[in-house]
Amino acid sequence: MSLATHLFLPASSSIPCLVKTRVLFSSAMALKVHGTVGSPATFRALAALHEKDLDFEFIPVNLSAKEHKSPQFLAHKNPFGQVPVFEHGDLKLFESRAITKYVAEAFADKGTSLIHKDPKKSAIQTVWTEVEAQKFDPTVAKLGWEIVLKPKFGMTTDEAVVAEFEKKLEPLLDVYEKRLTESKYLGGDSFTLADLHHLPTLQGIMGTKVKSQFDARPHVSAWASDILSRPAWVKVASMLTK
Amino acid sequence: MVVKVYGPIQAACPQRVLACLFEFGVDFELITVDLDSNEHKQPDFLQKQPFGQVPVVEDGEFRLFESRAIIRYYATKYGDKNRNLYGTTLEEKALVDQWLEVEAHHFNDMVYTIVLQKLVIPKMGGRTDFDLVHNCEKKLEQVFDIYEQRLSKNNYLAGNWFTLADLSHLPGIRYLMNECELGHLVRDRKKVNLWWDDISNRPAWKKVMQMFNGQG
Repeated sequence: MSLATHLFLPASSSIPCLVKTRVLFSSAMALKVHGTVGSPATFRALAALHEKDLDFEFIPVNLSAKEHKSPQFLAHKNPFGQVPVFEHGDLKLFESRAITKYVAEAFADKGTSLIHKDPKKSAIQTVWTEVEAQKFDPTVAKLGWEIVLKPKFGMTTDEAVVAEFEKKLEPLLDVYEKRLTESKYLGGDSFTLADLHHLPTLQGIMGTKVKSQFDARPHVSAWASDILSRPAWVKVASMLTK
Repeated sequence: MVVKVYGPIQAACPQRVLACLFEFGVDFELITVDLDSNEHKQPDFLQKQPFGQVPVVEDGEFRLFESRAIIRYYATKYGDKNRNLYGTTLEEKALVDQWLEVEAHHFNDMVYTIVLQKLVIPKMGGRTDFDLVHNCEKKLEQVFDIYEQRLSKNNYLAGNWFTLADLSHLPGIRYLMNECELGHLVRDRKKVNLWWDDISNRPAWKKVMQMFNGQG
């Protein structure tokens, strides 16, 4: 599968996982991520861990075998049957944006700072984190599903839906363009979770014709190039080619 | 200085913010925004909230939107008054954030669609997609089953104290119980039912409801 295809796999996808090798980053630390290569939500969590230079154990979850829907997984990992699931000692978390937030705060002094400490700056960062979660992700993931994933699985792209969601993306990116003329990054003057959370779906959509919408807006384009080229993200994305 | 909250009292997202402000005893002024006349899409309002949505909060010169960002800000700012609302440790806070994400993505998406289909679209002269409503209702059944399990082990979603994660559900569940006529989702589940009765009887939420009913 292409990089773009992988990056639109939803968290509960039953699409066959082509990466069969178990990837072990470290057996020593008490940080674990149960997830799937190519799952945007899994990659979101991994991006944060790599930005913080943290060692962790990656435990693949076999979506094609419906491991995420097994009674064991539902009872002990995530009752919603989705990846990723994160463990730090006794703490077990699901929801990628809760995981990244915990990692950013628990390891605030390690690696890249992914949060603002000043309460007002932190609140502004949270605003744009919500924008990504409530507006960007649903719109872009839908486009990715139609344009990238459906053809790969023998289904027909619904061009009307593509047109509808491309139309939704335009005013959203206009707001981003204005924001990024006022602020170097979405959440403020430095790279934070508000930007990081975009990475998996952003990477995927940039491999499609929708990239033209990003290219048409100079600040959005520069921001996208900037965050996609971050070494931590490149490391995560490279898991797809291993 | 009084916090200004822009938005109609009937809308779920302003209610979420008001519930939080009442919990912390923060004085505020509600400035109604008339959604029916598209006030939220006018240039003046778009200056405040570029997506043309409610609520917006203005705290002096400081402006915020996105209700779940707003409640997190105030819960952090007034943490000394009630630290349990956003957890007292990093681990507790993470669980609050987790269940806030659950509310936003698993619960709210379904409720939003049901409200849009059953209430908003007919009001605008359109037709309800009952298949879509039914699908959302089925998904909510699964979500509430998970809540039932969770609440069998904990008094509240994030643990044994009322937190933002519970608070965030108040407006949506109110819609389900009333205008959407889906109260059975709550009433058919013992623990969810007890939890709803508990959280909806909190003084802060009752004050929101007084405003909603034109009494506040």
